[in-house]
Amino acid sequence: MSRVRVLAGTRKGAFVLTSDAKRERWEVSGPHFAGWEIYHLKGSPADPNRLYASQTSGWFGQIIQRSNDGGKTWEQPGTKPGEPTTTPDGMPKGESNKFVYDGDPGTHQWYDGTPHPWEFKRVWHLEPSLTDPDTVYAGVEDAALFRTVDGGRTWQELSGLRGHGSGSRWQPGAGGMCLHTILLDPSHPERIFIAISAAGVFRTDDAGKTWRPMNRGLRSEYIPDPNAEVGHCVHRIAMHRSRPSVLFMQKHWDVMRSDDAGESWQEVSGNLPTDFGFPIDVHAHEPDTIYVVPIKSDSEHYPPDGKLRVYRSRTGGHEWEALTKGLPQSNCYVNVFRDAMAVDSLDSCGVYFGTTGGQVYASANAGDSWAPIVRDLPAVLSVEVQTLP
Amino acid sequence: MIRVVLPAHLRTLARVDGEVELQIEGQVTQRSVLDAIEARYPMLRGTIRDHVTQRRRPFLRFFACGQDLSHELPDAPLPDAVASGAEPFFVVGAIAGG
Repeated sequence: MSRVRVLAGTRKGAFVLTSDAKRERWEVSGPHFAGWEIYHLKGSPADPNRLYASQTSGWFGQIIQRSNDGGKTWEQPGTKPGEPTTTPDGMPKGESNKFVYDGDPGTHQWYDGTPHPWEFKRVWHLEPSLTDPDTVYAGVEDAALFRTVDGGRTWQELSGLRGHGSGSRWQPGAGGMCLHTILLDPSHPERIFIAISAAGVFRTDDAGKTWRPMNRGLRSEYIPDPNAEVGHCVHRIAMHRSRPSVLFMQKHWDVMRSDDAGESWQEVSGNLPTDFGFPIDVHAHEPDTIYVVPIKSDSEHYPPDGKLRVYRSRTGGHEWEALTKGLPQSNCYVNVFRDAMAVDSLDSCGVYFGTTGGQVYASANAGDSWAPIVRDLPAVLSVEVQTLP
Repeated sequence: MIRVVLPAHLRTLARVDGEVELQIEGQVTQRSVLDAIEARYPMLRGTIRDHVTQRRRPFLRFFACGQDLSHELPDAPLPDAVASGAEPFFVVGAIAGG
């Protein structure tokens, strides 16, 4: 019988939630890495027991953790204690938490428009390769894309992104200048989409050597040129693996759709009560069924009217229905962060999301009804789910 | 024998309990102590000082013998009591956050 494993990253540790395919009774393990911010955990599609976690701290910096047994045990994939820290020719060995920009990193724009040096702060998102458990992409703050091909022991920047020409015009969003979304195209192995707050969407078709901005059709009234090539605060993008040229986006304001692999975007906010929000995701079996969590505004990061409602469109946008059964419909003022929603691939698609109030909600029926798996975790930063045989 | 007291989170990462004891050849300085810690516990590289600049992370401080040594030069000798092992060298995380 199939099982699901939900990986929740929180402000104070990681939690692994497991259930059988009924998704009614859950086992909770954790906190792993207690007391640390876990921005993201994700499993390898090629080896589901290989997990990667981004463990961060304002005091101690960035740590990368790896599990080879589905989250039961973890290790830092760098140099082992007692091993020499230099290579035979005397060069320092790479370390699993060493994220160093390629060359002179230069400057990006600060909040006030002045130049500000690029500074590594943390890994926001880890995206394991679709085919190789030892290859993982890391989206970091200040925005850049790194890759490991040795299971996380060493990381190299794919600097063509940051250096493609517009980097000096990128600016941080309120949460920092983060590269938060990495989508690997299953039908074009050298095509990757990434998204940055606040720069926008970029695409490579040559495995990361060269990149192009993919923001035509985005309109952001809060930046000097609302139709600028870069500078848009894209919160999240999502695709269905059977149709990777169709992308969905939750922007700072506006829910958008692209039918040409990001070349152009159209607004599909339709009848949403507000089109501000963070996460967006796609049903595992219905490429035109998408989910968002509307948030009141950019200055009031909680659901409108104190009602936590997931909105589902079965038409790829424009027409939305509120999903409320099992979710609090009064006095609810939590937020749902951009990486805190995921879907499983069981026949009846499961949808999951975590809140800043520490709840992780699950729906085993594509959003028709919801129940909390846990209610009182630290603020949830990320949710991923694995469907296991 | 040099004694080093690490913050709890770094003891967890290094999988040690209590004080760390190190043998250091030559002069005992911040740099030689941190070099020795990172050689013994490579998982701590980057957590006390930056990988590239080698500067102390901003929310960490160094203390010994009741003195704040955070702003001493990295190659300045540490107090004799640290070099002899009579007193530990403390790596301390700032009290901040929630």
